[in-house]
Amino acid sequence: MRSQIEGSRAIAQAIARCRPQVVPAYPITPQTHIVEALGAMVKSGALAGCEFITVESEFAAMSAAIGASAAGARAYTATASQGLLYMAEALFNASGLGLPIVMTVANRAIGAPINIWNDQSDSMSMRDCGWVQLYAQDNQDAVALHVIAFRLAQELSVPVMVCVDGFVLTHAVEAIDVPGAEIVDAFLPPMSARQRVDPSDPVAIGAMVGPEAFTEVRFLTDADLRRAAHVFPAQASEYLRLSGYHVGEVSKYRLDTASTVVVTLGSVSGTVREALDDMDGDIGLLTLTMYRPFPAAVVRSALAHASQVIVLERAFSPGAPEGPVTADVRTALAGTGADIKTVVAGLGGRAVTRSALHAMLATALAGELPAVSFLDLRADVVERELARREAGVAT
Amino acid sequence: MTIQEVKFYQVGSRAVGNRLLSEDLRTEQANENRTNALNSGHRACQGCGEALAARYVLDTAMDAADGQLAVVNATGCLEVFSTPYPESSWQVPWLHSLFANAASVASGLAAGLRTSGRGDVRVLAQGGDGGTVDIGLACLSGMFERNDDVFYVCYDNEAYMNTGVQRSGATPPAARTATTEAVGPEPGNRFGIGKDLPRIAMAHEIPYVATATVAELHDLEAKVRHAMSLRGARYLHVLVPCPLGWGSAPADTVRIARLAQRSGLFPLFEAEHGTVTSVVPIRGRVPVEEYLRLQRRYAHLFAAAGDADRQAATLRAVQAIADRNIARYAIPVEEL
Repeated sequence: MRSQIEGSRAIAQAIARCRPQVVPAYPITPQTHIVEALGAMVKSGALAGCEFITVESEFAAMSAAIGASAAGARAYTATASQGLLYMAEALFNASGLGLPIVMTVANRAIGAPINIWNDQSDSMSMRDCGWVQLYAQDNQDAVALHVIAFRLAQELSVPVMVCVDGFVLTHAVEAIDVPGAEIVDAFLPPMSARQRVDPSDPVAIGAMVGPEAFTEVRFLTDADLRRAAHVFPAQASEYLRLSGYHVGEVSKYRLDTASTVVVTLGSVSGTVREALDDMDGDIGLLTLTMYRPFPAAVVRSALAHASQVIVLERAFSPGAPEGPVTADVRTALAGTGADIKTVVAGLGGRAVTRSALHAMLATALAGELPAVSFLDLRADVVERELARREAGVAT
Repeated sequence: MTIQEVKFYQVGSRAVGNRLLSEDLRTEQANENRTNALNSGHRACQGCGEALAARYVLDTAMDAADGQLAVVNATGCLEVFSTPYPESSWQVPWLHSLFANAASVASGLAAGLRTSGRGDVRVLAQGGDGGTVDIGLACLSGMFERNDDVFYVCYDNEAYMNTGVQRSGATPPAARTATTEAVGPEPGNRFGIGKDLPRIAMAHEIPYVATATVAELHDLEAKVRHAMSLRGARYLHVLVPCPLGWGSAPADTVRIARLAQRSGLFPLFEAEHGTVTSVVPIRGRVPVEEYLRLQRRYAHLFAAAGDADRQAATLRAVQAIADRNIARYAIPVEEL
């Protein structure tokens, strides 16, 4: 039913309809409203058969999710930013053990300097942790992606991270259609685990694996993750049939013949669409919903006509030749001759405005966009500081 | 499950041989139908106190839980020597995640079992002193304060043995480790540092805290059974000599553990909800020197080339710790 609701509350309602059994929770802005809502539902009895554990850290939250998932229970938690980094070790462990945990990341910058506002540096820094990564463009996407995430995780025995831009989505109150229990129950089968801790069939989970088998174990874990590229679209189709809402692994806007294409992830996609609508240029937009596994074939086919590709990065990769998404897009487009650029945008909550996008795109259409640039960078500030450092080094 | 020949042990000067006891008073280790939770063939060192203690604890816990037990293991010696893939010595359902998170994984496992309709399965978490008192302390304290239904067992060999004998927060004063070498003006581990986890656990006022050693099998098993009879957060701290790290003879593991208790350096007690409820008397008290001399980690205290005055002062300081333990827990001292 469509109603005016905060993004976090809508996500919490969707998760509740997926009937999680264990929700370990630790507060961190801007994720907190989601677990607060779930905690209230467990406490009131509205979310029956679920235990809500108020743990002492994000590391403990993911660890408790690991234990719950190893018991064969449906486990969910949410985090952001520093919290995601604090649970990094456990993230790799959860995927290595093949545990179907679902987690929301309310995307937020990483300090220092400490900053609570939105960018995607947190989840991007964990892109190699072996989890499926799905990025929501809007809250309707976010709701659908969480429901699909539970089924994807369960079917592949792989953990799934649903990335939702902090504040921009989590705190936005808008009309959202949260799927009813009848839709979710028809879509998502009851929890069944591939392997679990069970005295009637005792197994040792988490053995030490040496050089003779480690590579093969990692290869097979990756094979499970990569299956998501095929399974996700099939599940999304079924979700569409049941709910009437479609979310694909990528979404395309004015893309068919565009020679210049913006590639991005998450909520900034909406602003880019509006910026493109304002312009006459031959520019399209490709938004990646699935980032891990990287849908390289889909990206390559979608960008077949593009001669210039501008990757609008919501994260920053210090010291790297370009942004993290740019590197993946470049690999997908190898041999096509497309000119691929990084534009770092919206770090630490800086608004990505239509006017800034217009200026950047005009530069691009003029063939003058550098290989790597920062949208709306205050050049006077950085140049002054760089000059001072130069002087400092000299003395 | 593999059938394995069960070996029987008789230990100690005042320990009553199992054969002399009625069947219901015998130890679980004397039960030929025991689980043998940690099967032979694992790769622990000769004389490993931790391997001994893990089998004692888990066999008893399995019996107390009627076989409905799941075990979470922190990274460490016990994890490494028991499960080199594709082998496993565990005869229990066993889960290893990370070094620091055994207590949290156990909390989640217990919740997951309850919400999956298998609340009858009991959860036991175990780790070494590094995984318990140092890197895992935050998770353990969280499990304690929430009073989660987990029985946590620490096998304390007083240093990071798996990585090559480095100091932990449980390393005693004067002990040589790879990071507290027996050199300089204060050889070995410094005095006045380290933490006493049983007392930290008691401060959480959890239902049950106890200490045990591998030398007192009846006592250890009774404490495991009592812990298993309770619900909520429970903690058992077992002293497990490590021949490799302590520089002791493998055959002396049980003897050294007994001397730790008889010297007063390792008090055996139980506490419920933060209050001490029982203390094991010391039968035949020995000076700490008798305990220390069997271990090369303390060799610098007895070296002929050492500064005799300083050695004597260090021995007095260690003796003072034992004296304070005996006073703190009001341990009755009985003549042998």
